[in-house]
Amino acid sequence: MTSITKPKVQHPSSTRNALGLTRRDYEGGMSTLCAGCGHDSVTAALIDAFWQLDIEPHRVAKLSGIGCSSKTTAYFINQAHGFNAVHGRMPAVATGANAANRELYFVGVSGDGDSLSIGLGQMCHAIRRNVSMLYVLENNGVYGLTKGQFSASADIGSKSKKGEANVQPPIDPVLLALTLGASFVARSFSGDKAQLIPILKAGLRHGGFAMVDVISPCVTFNDHEASTKSYLYTRQHYHEVAPVDFVPLRREITATEATEGSVRSVTMHDGSTVHFRMLAEDYDPTDREAAYHYVRAAHQRGEVATGLLYIEEGAADMHGVNGSIEGALTGVPYETLCPGNAKLQELMEEYR
Amino acid sequence: MSGINDFCFKIGTVNGTGSASANGLLMQAIFRMGIPVVGKNVFPSNIQGLPTWYEIRVNKDGYTARTAPFDLMVAMNTGTYARDVAEIKSDGYLLYDSSWPMAKSLLRDDVTVIGIPLGEMCNNTFTGDRERTLMKNIAYAGALAALLAIDMDVVHAMLQEKFGKKKHLLESNYKAIRLGFDYASEHYDCPLPFHLEKMDATRDHILMDGNTAAALGCVYAGATVGAWYPITPATSLMENFRAFCERYRKDASGKRNFCIVQAEDELAAAGMVIGAGWMGARAFTPTAGPGISLMGEFVGLAYYAEVPAVFFDVQRTGPSTGMPTRTQQADLLSTAYLSHGDTKHVMLFPANPEESFTMARDAFDLAERFQTPVFVMMDLDIGMNDWMCRRLEWDDSYRPDRGEVLDSAALQKVERFFRYVSENGDGVAARTLPGVDPKGSYFTRGSGHNKLGDYTEDSDEYREVVDRLVRKLAAAAEAVPAPEIINQGGASAAVITLGACRAAVLEGLDRLREQGVVLDYMRVRGFPFGAPVREFLARHEKHIVIEQNRDGQLRSLLTLETGIAPERLLSFRDYGGLPLGTNQVVEGVLGLLQGVEVSA
Repeated sequence: MTSITKPKVQHPSSTRNALGLTRRDYEGGMSTLCAGCGHDSVTAALIDAFWQLDIEPHRVAKLSGIGCSSKTTAYFINQAHGFNAVHGRMPAVATGANAANRELYFVGVSGDGDSLSIGLGQMCHAIRRNVSMLYVLENNGVYGLTKGQFSASADIGSKSKKGEANVQPPIDPVLLALTLGASFVARSFSGDKAQLIPILKAGLRHGGFAMVDVISPCVTFNDHEASTKSYLYTRQHYHEVAPVDFVPLRREITATEATEGSVRSVTMHDGSTVHFRMLAEDYDPTDREAAYHYVRAAHQRGEVATGLLYIEEGAADMHGVNGSIEGALTGVPYETLCPGNAKLQELMEEYR
Repeated sequence: MSGINDFCFKIGTVNGTGSASANGLLMQAIFRMGIPVVGKNVFPSNIQGLPTWYEIRVNKDGYTARTAPFDLMVAMNTGTYARDVAEIKSDGYLLYDSSWPMAKSLLRDDVTVIGIPLGEMCNNTFTGDRERTLMKNIAYAGALAALLAIDMDVVHAMLQEKFGKKKHLLESNYKAIRLGFDYASEHYDCPLPFHLEKMDATRDHILMDGNTAAALGCVYAGATVGAWYPITPATSLMENFRAFCERYRKDASGKRNFCIVQAEDELAAAGMVIGAGWMGARAFTPTAGPGISLMGEFVGLAYYAEVPAVFFDVQRTGPSTGMPTRTQQADLLSTAYLSHGDTKHVMLFPANPEESFTMARDAFDLAERFQTPVFVMMDLDIGMNDWMCRRLEWDDSYRPDRGEVLDSAALQKVERFFRYVSENGDGVAARTLPGVDPKGSYFTRGSGHNKLGDYTEDSDEYREVVDRLVRKLAAAAEAVPAPEIINQGGASAAVITLGACRAAVLEGLDRLREQGVVLDYMRVRGFPFGAPVREFLARHEKHIVIEQNRDGQLRSLLTLETGIAPERLLSFRDYGGLPLGTNQVVEGVLGLLQGVEVSA
């Protein structure tokens, strides 16, 4: 089977963004995932996020590992450069690519097998380095391509399609990221585009590693009654902490939406703003400890806390720590990089 | 046969006591006297407390291979007395610390014993355990200065350079040097029959290890991204790269024109290099055998997705953890075909630090020209020992070979860009760099792909791409550095070797010629093997392949890749972990040639 190219037909009335591009210009190849797969909704949300932010398609580097989730980089932004790496090792490729050219938008799409088992170490170290990238973890608790084994995010007692119960405790990427010092931690649900899109946009504009864990049900192997990663279970236990609005820099807020409760704003490194519409509780998204305890407590109540759970703007990313030049290393002319023979001859005197 | 400017000595100490600086001082002093010299550090995989040795060979003719036995042994480690004394030549000398009664194990009828109370003198002169221990080393260096006639002005100048700003240290070192020097001068006939006399044979040379040279090569070739995981014996390559970059790669505001990432493991280091190579940066990772094993999966990706990447394998003794501080050339087969599926990789084989410098540059050019991983196959002997080599030179007219890369202007000339469609004479398809132009976008993948870059499970489409890779590697075979060949008048037999074996093999061939055994010589410098290698093989009936591994891996590669009849390749293998010695070569070749007719 070869890949399927999606016919590109623009409806004349399609809305255009500031670059004059429509949503269709941000689409990719036809998805080959199962009908109803949560990942396709995430792909659609990514397309919206990039389109709404007016990001030039070719300035996007999209990377993934191996697995159903990792296939999705082929399904959005055809004009972006894509890299389908080896299983669990996307963070390393993204780190090296970002080291070489920090000027692009980096988006990594991974899954719970890719990120929480074979690639757990790589994900953790990309967080530690605060590599500037949007990291989307499409989390369904199951290995789809190999037909239904539990992944490391499966809850204890959650049952496989065959009725077998998982006995090992889950790894929660949100708690893990908070522990590792991640500067942007969010959880969302593939079925809630209204929540997901602003989070993805904020993640793209975040000046560091933006972890977005998305519960993304597997309709084929993990959407049954006894699963805790099904559409039904997630909808029933879904608990939004604080809906967010993302306001990019230089875009006026023309209308104030009616909000329940108070609004809390966090300014991003590039001047964009995230507004948190606080609901019942006074949740502080800039307090790492509070976020950690909140997510734990929700979990213990059987709820899935979602939303932009933690944000820390101003932390140095990998290049900030390194003290790199502002631009891309790939843009530095060779003449600047090579010290020349005269310097070499001076140096040789030190080896005599 | 030892004599003026022609002898070797060995110093046995305990690691972690500071002997390395004393040994370095000795070697550098000899070098500055204009006399060819080489040092081999034989050290343990340990921080403190295990035996360590330093071998110094002085040779007026410039031979730099390791030689044993030794004219003089400096036995400072009671734990290794027996084996150290056994390595002294008949009629040789032994220097030991006579602060305590002499051990019986030191006695040998045919060896002259020189006892110097180094410990006692240092205990009386210095205070504090650390200083007493450190200065004992400087004191034996002083004794050797007297015994071997090392120019004390040179030694003083070096101490001044090293400790000039630290007055207390300078004084201590002066004192310690004098302690040893004076005691030896007063109690023994100095100098010994073999000793040093000033020459002028090192003027155009330097003392440098290969890791330093390779790091410089990376700086000069324009590498901007380095990823690594610390591993002996490759660690100092990246440490040197960092040091040189701190010096040469900061802009006016102090911002860095480089990014070095210490990875979580070698897998990640390989991935980072591939990510950076995809973006168009020159990126590299230094490692050793265990790292190469871990990198296998990623290397297959780079091969199949055609991403440039440079790897330095500073080989050490395997298998598994093996002997991490001993040398070997035993990663040849595993690297040549690293990763699952049909793969083959470009390898370069430097023989010394000078070639580590030039081949670092070549590696980046080849990696970008052929869009494939390139391995610079060094070893511990080259990487970590100080070699006397010619001053490094850089041709300022050099510009990187970036290979086939389409920029915006070039993209405007094509109707549509597809990643693997175009093909130049080398079987290379033009690539684009991310972020440059909307027209240049493509999808890089390690899964089955057709020439358009699209995913495929179609047999014909799959074969079309992998068959081109065969043509590409065949072209690379003719682009790697040509072998070093010495023809000695149409000999019917020849020696084939690689890497650091060069020093001992060349000296061995000279000695064999003196005995009437004349052999041609070829040192392979690149893989896959090109036409010059095949032509050389065709010209000789028998070849002796000299290499440092147990299984004759170079011989296997030659057999596999050139189709030469295995019986035409005799094999001499050395795999004990020490640098190859000249005597081993001479004896090994003579043994193998018994019954083989050699005509010249």
